[in-house]
Parts: sequence; C-alpha cells; structure tokens
Amino acid sequence: MSATTKTLEELTNRKYEAGFITDIEQDTVPPGLDEDIIRFISRKKAEPEWMLEWRLKAYRNWLQMPVPKWANVHYPPIDFQAISYYSAPKRKEDMPQSLDEIDPKLKETYDRLGIPLHEQEMLAGVAVDAVFDSVSVATSYKAKLKEEGIVFCSMSEAIREHPDLVRKYLGSVVPYTDNYYAGLNSAVFTDGSFVFIPKGVRCPMELSTYFRINAANTGQFERTLIIAEEGSHVSYLEGCTAPVRDENQLHAAVVELIALDDAQIKYSTVQNWYPGDEEGRGGVYNFVTKRGLCAGNNSKISWTQVETGSAITWKYPSCVLRGDNSVGEFYSVAVTRGRQQADTGTKMIHMGKNTRSTIVSKGISAGHGQQSYRGLVRITPKAENARNYSQCDSMLMSATCGAHTFPYIDVQNPTAQLEHEATTSKIGEEQILYCNQRGIATEDAVSLIVNGFCKEVFRTLPMEFAVEAQKLMEITLEGSVG
Amino acid sequence: MALLEIRNLHARIQGVEILKGIDLAIERGETHAIMGPNGSGKSTLAKVLAGDPSYEVTGGEVYFQDRNLLELAPEDRAREGVFLGFQYPVEIPGVSNTYFLKAALNAIRKYRGEKELDAMEFLQLIKERAKSVKLDEALLRRPVNDGFSGGEKKRNEIFQLAMLEPYLAILDETDSGLDIDALRTVAEGVNSLRSEERGFLVITHYQRLLSYIIPDKVHVLLHGRIVKSGGKELAEELEGSGYALFDEAAA
Repeated sequence: MSATTKTLEELTNRKYEAGFITDIEQDTVPPGLDEDIIRFISRKKAEPEWMLEWRLKAYRNWLQMPVPKWANVHYPPIDFQAISYYSAPKRKEDMPQSLDEIDPKLKETYDRLGIPLHEQEMLAGVAVDAVFDSVSVATSYKAKLKEEGIVFCSMSEAIREHPDLVRKYLGSVVPYTDNYYAGLNSAVFTDGSFVFIPKGVRCPMELSTYFRINAANTGQFERTLIIAEEGSHVSYLEGCTAPVRDENQLHAAVVELIALDDAQIKYSTVQNWYPGDEEGRGGVYNFVTKRGLCAGNNSKISWTQVETGSAITWKYPSCVLRGDNSVGEFYSVAVTRGRQQADTGTKMIHMGKNTRSTIVSKGISAGHGQQSYRGLVRITPKAENARNYSQCDSMLMSATCGAHTFPYIDVQNPTAQLEHEATTSKIGEEQILYCNQRGIATEDAVSLIVNGFCKEVFRTLPMEFAVEAQKLMEITLEGSVG
Repeated sequence: MALLEIRNLHARIQGVEILKGIDLAIERGETHAIMGPNGSGKSTLAKVLAGDPSYEVTGGEVYFQDRNLLELAPEDRAREGVFLGFQYPVEIPGVSNTYFLKAALNAIRKYRGEKELDAMEFLQLIKERAKSVKLDEALLRRPVNDGFSGGEKKRNEIFQLAMLEPYLAILDETDSGLDIDALRTVAEGVNSLRSEERGFLVITHYQRLLSYIIPDKVHVLLHGRIVKSGGKELAEELEGSGYALFDEAAA
C-alpha cells in the first residue's frame, strides 16, 4: 500500500476512533467472563436489545462447547477467565514514550520495510498524537464512497446506524454455534469492520483496515461483515506487512462475506502478528474463522492470505458455493519459522450447479516451524458438474522444520471433477549454488527462489500489497536456510 | 600469468578423495578439453572450481587472473568471471529467465564497479544475445529451466554464458543428452563466444563434441589425475583406443 492509501484509511477511521476512545476512557473490566461482562460490553457500545440477546445466546451456547483439539498445533490450555474482555485503551503515560523504548529488532524491521517514522510509532504503540497533513483528502475519500452508496465503517457504528443489515446478515455465514472460537467471538466481539456495497456498484478503491490497528484493543475479538449486493464488486485488504505488537495473546476473529447474484468479493490478508521470541514465548494465538457465502448465482469470492506472523495460526478461510455457477478461490502463502505452528487451509463447499473452486496453498517452513495444510472439498448431492483444482506445495528450509498435509475430499455427486496436486521440496543447495554461480549472493538467491515459489499467490494480491509481501518474505526468511 | 592455473589440486566428497593432484594451466583465448570415463573426477573438477560447498579441497592451489580462487565464495568467483555451464541445470519455478539474468548480471556489474543496467537496457541486451545463440525468445519469459527440454536447458546455459560474458567458461558435459542437431546449435553458440580474452574448459565424455568445438589442448583425466595431455588429435586417438590404454599407462 502506498503511503497515501494508508493515510486515507487512517483518516477515514480517525473520527470514530477518537470518539470511541474519549467515550470509554474511564472504563475497565477485571479479567473473567460472565453474562454481566457481556451486558457491560453491549451497554458500553450502546447496542440495541437484539444484539445483546444474540451475544448472550452465543455465550450460553459457547459454555456447552468443548475446546477443539483436532488441529495439529500444541499449546498449553487457555484460561478464558484470565482474559480481560473489555479494557480501555492504555493511557499515554503507560505507553512507550518514544521508539527508543521498543525492541531495536522491531525498529530495524520497520526501517527496512520503509515505513515512515510516524507510522512506526503507531504500529509500535508509542504514545503519539496523530498528526495528519490533510483532512480534506479523507473527506473526499469518504464522500466518494458515500456517493456510491457504499457503507464502510466500524462494526459498532454499523450496529447503531444500519441495524437492519447487521441483523439480517450477522451470523448468517458463521453462526455462533459454528465452532468454539467463533462462539466466543460472537459473545464478546468488541469491534471490526462493516462493508456494504449496493447493487451494481463497483467499489472505486481498495478498502482496508490497516490503520485501525492503532486501536489495539479492538483487535482481539474482531468481527467483520462484508455484504456485496447483486452485481457489485469489492476488494478488501486486511492487515499490514509491518510486524504488529500486541499484548493480547489470544485473537479470535470472525469474518463473514456474503456475495449475492453476480457479485464479487476479493479479500486479501497480510498477517504479521508477533510470533514470540526464539522459544515462541509471548507470541499471538491467531484462531480465526473466515467464511464467505456465494449466496447468488454467478457470484465469486476470492481469499488471498499471506501469513507470516503469530505463534500459532488456526485459520481456514472458506467458501460456501450455494449459487449456481459460483466461484470460490483460496490463495495462501504461510510461513512458519522459529517455533511457529500453523494449521491452515480452506474449505470449499459446493452446493450449486457448475460451481468451481481453486485452491493454491504454498507453505514455507524454516527453523523449527511446523505447518499443516488442512483442506476440505465437499461436493454435495445437488452440485452438478462441480469442479475443483487443488494445489498444495510445501517448501522446507531446514532439517528441523515440518510440513504436513491433510486433504479431505467428500464427493456426493458423480459429475464432479476434482484435481489435487501436492509437492514437497527442500530449498535446494543445488538451486542456491546455481544462483551463486551466476553471481547472486545466497540471501538474494533465497529470496528469489521463495518469491518464485509464492508467485502464483502474490500475483493475486493488489499490486502494491504484492510488492510489500515480497519484501516481507525476504526479511522474514533472512538467514533461514540451514 | 595464465588465466587459470591449477597446481596439485586435491579434493574429496564425504571423505572420498576424488581429485588426486591436478595440474592444469589455461591461457586467455585457449580452449581446453578434459576427457575421461565416468567417475574419473571431471565433474568434480568443474564443481570444485565453481566452489560447490559439498566438496572439500584438501590440497593444492588455484589461481584465476592472479587471484586465489579457492579463497573466494562461489558468487565472487562468478563475479570475477568464472562461469560453469552445469551438466544438470536446476529448475527455479516461478522465477523468469529474464528476471534471473537481470539479477545475475547486475550483481556481477555491481561487484566490478560498473553501472547496473536498467530495465530497458537490459531488455535490449537480452534480446540481442538470445538471437546470437538462437534461443527462442519465448524461453526468456519462462521460469528458469522449468519444464525445459534437455536441449533447451543446455542451450539456456550457453545463452547465460553469452549474457554474463565470463573470462573463463567451464562446460560440464554440455553435450550429454543432446541429439545431433541440438549438439550442433550448442557448439555453434560456444564457437561464437570464443575470443582472445576468454578461455574455455570443455568437459566431455565423448569425442563427438570436439568435432564441433575444436580444442587447442586435450587432457585425459583418469582416477583423479591428468594422465596425458596433447593437441586435438589426442581426442581422436581416444575415440579409437578408448580409455583402457591410458588406464594401463596410469597403473
């Protein structure tokens, strides 16, 4: 993303953030979770009664759910009563006062990614007053979206301002009964993004939450809902390439996408949460439920993710292809190094006729990183002529890392055509020697080879994001061959 | 001083000694051929000169344009002007030939204190050189060696040689796996690149290649040592008698 784009996003969200922060400055809740806490959250956000009811139902259901154990990741049990589910942003005097106080390694990475100083301060959570050079830019940006009838705001705002839409669609793709972490999120989510693209509108710009990270405490249980009406198009970017520090260890977000007839949603993520120290201590647990519903005929949902951060990742952006001729895509690059563990993949549920899905998953493991691809392709009985193409490639960069593949295929209609290709390769000493012999230094050779490996995924990212992703990969994997 | 001077070179891999004292000097403008049966150490010599870390040099010296080659990292040897045409060129999926060569050429230029080429200059050069070695331009856009036929891979090596303009080009069994037409094209490419400035070390199993690339000197490598050196007629002699004759002489 260019600096201009970032500034725009920053500015569009500023108004809300400022209001939000002033509003709750005095409030904190002690760690622990019960119905009173949920009532407190709902009241603080001035939510309507139905929203509170929904949260409470989710909570009561969650209490009955077992903690999922099936993922190929290992961590000590989480004490859900030790987490504070609502806390005011830190007061300035408790925050680092300047970049000199943060981890020099983090600072170095920011510099190498070419992030401007004031943005570095925000990412690192330094106490600063945001200074914006042009308010008019933001105004025209918001005006432009409004002109098109597009709604792009925080989830809290949407609940207040667009209750009918939220009520209709929230939980329609990921119900609170879906899984343990989605259930928890439904009960306690504090914020997130809401996007509504009306019929026939092509969103004129990439939408992004980039700078919402500034409000650190909304990130923990984030809830995002994107609705694309008939014939509309939208491309949404989430996250940023810069490493993000966060004191919240558990992140359980839910993202729901709905595409009506002929609508297209492209959702791109670059995730670079703190992975923990060399032993994996203190890293973020990223347990996310992302699902898109191709509700209409000829609709299309495309997920692209570049996952380099977090201590543990548990994430399966999926598509439910209900409309006839609908298309689901999943492009993923995941990197695990140090002590990182990732169990990630996708689900493609074919329900409509002539539905098509594509899965391209590239896993890179280095150091002691452990990575599993887990993917489900299901062809339901009525999905005539469904097609799926899956490709899972793993690259190993050390003798101590691991790559695992768990493909599930469930075909209930004989007209289906499925293809599955999988490769595992060790980054070759021969490849590196070959590059060296042409004058290319080893570090550059590794980045060349890895970027080549990830190319099919990177090219699905919006242009500027792709450039950043490449650079991120370079820095992430520096010195990883061994 | 010679372009390349190898003195009493010993090298081993996984504890097994393969090179047992090689002496060889190549002058600028000369083309030398090394012939020998399988396992004689031909490819080992090529890889040791390129700096393949799987080989351990246990003795001897190698000077390239007065620089101690063995002290240099593989990429620096390349930047100094040593090129190895690989017997089995590796594939680098997702990285276009053009991109790869631009990275390589500019790394070399930077090392030599020359201006790096911009995209336009580079594109012009690459098209010109592709034409000169009769490489299909479509191959420039394809990932490095990925899905190339055997002949295309070898031709691509010669094309890279033409692009990088080294002072010494070592060709490791460039003829293996080529049919006669491909062999001729590759040889023509090599011949077009011979110059007074550049030395060639052509490693081959068969005399066949040497009817197209006429060497100035031929060396017979056997059990890790050069057992005989001579002019181009030595290659023909070998074709008639085989290596057995030398084997006895060596023993």
